[in-house]
Amino acid sequence: MKREEPDREEVIAARARQRAIGRELRRLYDEVVQEPVPDDFLDLLKKIDETKGKKDGTS
Amino acid sequence: MISHNFDEPSLSASGEAAAVPGRDEDFRRDLLGLIPFLRAFSRSLCGDRELADDLAQEALAKAWQSRESFRAGSNLKAWLFTILRNQFYSDRRRAWRQAPWDESAAERVPVARGEQTWAMHLSDTARALRGLPAEQREALILVGAGGFSYEDAARISNCAVGTVKSRVARARKALSAALEGTGPLSAEPRPAGGNATNEIMAQLNRLAPQGFSEAGSGPVEGKDSA
Repeated sequence: MKREEPDREEVIAARARQRAIGRELRRLYDEVVQEPVPDDFLDLLKKIDETKGKKDGTS
Repeated sequence: MISHNFDEPSLSASGEAAAVPGRDEDFRRDLLGLIPFLRAFSRSLCGDRELADDLAQEALAKAWQSRESFRAGSNLKAWLFTILRNQFYSDRRRAWRQAPWDESAAERVPVARGEQTWAMHLSDTARALRGLPAEQREALILVGAGGFSYEDAARISNCAVGTVKSRVARARKALSAALEGTGPLSAEPRPAGGNATNEIMAQLNRLAPQGFSEAGSGPVEGKDSA
C-alpha cells in the first residue's frame, strides 16, 4: 500500500472537486443575479437626477 | 496605493455630465442592466445582503454621476465593478468593511433574512469561500463566477495579472482542501444557527484542546482554542 506518486484516481478526484467548486461558485453568484432587482435600485438614478435638477433650478 | 486603472471616476467636475441625451439614455439603460451583477459581486464581497445592497447602490450612484468619465466602448461592467470594489476598500470605517465573513458577523445577521444570505444557507463551498482572505475570494468570484478574464480581474482588483492567477489558484486549493475535509477552512465551526453538535464540540475543545484535536481523522476544530 505505498502511496508515492499521486495516483490517477486522486488526480481525477481533484479535477472533479474543482469542477464542483466552479459549479457551486456560479450557482451562488447566479442566485443573486437572478433575484429581482429591488425598486430602490431602479429609482436611484431618477432620484439623483431630480435632486440635481432642483439644485440646478435654484442656483 | 489606489491607482485608477479603469479611470475610476472622480466627482470633482461637480457632476456636470456631458449633455448628450441619447448617449445618456443608452448609458442609463446599460447601467440598469448591470445591477443584478453588481449586486452579486457586492454580496460576494460583503456577505451580508443589506450591506451589500447599500454598497451596490452607492457604486451605482457614483457611476451614474460620473458617467462622463467612462470611456465609451470600454468594459462598462468592469468599470462598474471597479467603482464598487474601490468603495468597498476605501473607507474602512464603513459598515460593510466591518462585516467580514466571521462568526460574530454571522451572528448579527437576523435569522429571518438568513435564506438570502450566503453566510447562512451554507453549502460547503459557500462556507469555505467565507473563510478565504477577501482578495482571494474576490479573485475567485471575478474569474470563476463573474466570467472576467484574468486581465480584467487584474484591472478591477488593481493588481498584476500574475497576482490574480496566484490568488485564484490559492483559493481553489483552499476550497478543494476544505471540501475534502483536510484544510483549515473545513474545520470552521458553524456560525449561529449551525447545528448544535458543532457548538458542543467547539465548547469541549475549548475546555480540553489536546484530547480532541488528536482524536479522530482530522481536525474537528482544527484551530485549537489557543
